[in-house]
Amino acid sequence: MLSLIETWIDIILNISIVCFILVGTFFILSSSIGINRFPDVYTRLHAATKAPTLGIASILIGAFIFLYGTKGIFSGKLLLAIAFVLLTSPVGGHMLSRAAHRVGVKPVLKNQHDAYEEALKKRNIHRPGED
Amino acid sequence: MNDILLFTEKMIDIAVQISFIGIAISIVLLLYRIVIGPSNPDRAVALDALGINLMAIAGLSSILIVTSKLNDVILLIGILLFIGTVALSKYMEKGVIIDRDMD
Repeated sequence: MLSLIETWIDIILNISIVCFILVGTFFILSSSIGINRFPDVYTRLHAATKAPTLGIASILIGAFIFLYGTKGIFSGKLLLAIAFVLLTSPVGGHMLSRAAHRVGVKPVLKNQHDAYEEALKKRNIHRPGED
Repeated sequence: MNDILLFTEKMIDIAVQISFIGIAISIVLLLYRIVIGPSNPDRAVALDALGINLMAIAGLSSILIVTSKLNDVILLIGILLFIGTVALSKYMEKGVIIDRDMD
């Protein structure tokens, strides 16, 4: 009876590993398609910093469950890598978008105005990228 | 009962191979964007996403060859990716990475 329950637990763990890996691959692949399809740096950043974070978290959770189920290793480094990516991916995206705005890449806007540009002009902030 | 267990273990192998194929396609698309990117921030964005794909490939490899020695590699790729992204964006923004004027 006990071995039967252990077998069912292994089956459920294997199915959950398959689901996690396939969902992570779908999100990473869709973000890559988004990077190729969007018209602008800022919209590309929207595709490049949100979806791969979820994808890599899903794949690493799949690897974590696999190592815990087959070898009995509780690997905290994978969880640490997930937390690190969750922390650093928005920071990197923010720095890249600010650098792109200072380099002079114009956003593709329809019936809107560039609010960041107007705020910089209002405060007379010196921008080294323009002169 | 053991037949179902063996079937699910075989399903993990097939899922890992499908994921390798998908991430390979993703890397090819990102390389296309890196080559033809209209401006330099486009290339930096694509390089950032490429590092995430490398982390995914390392994680899938640790499932394929059943080992736990690749976990350090995954964490190290993440740290170096963040440092590289910050250095690239500061270089594009100012032209220098470490500025020494303490104003």
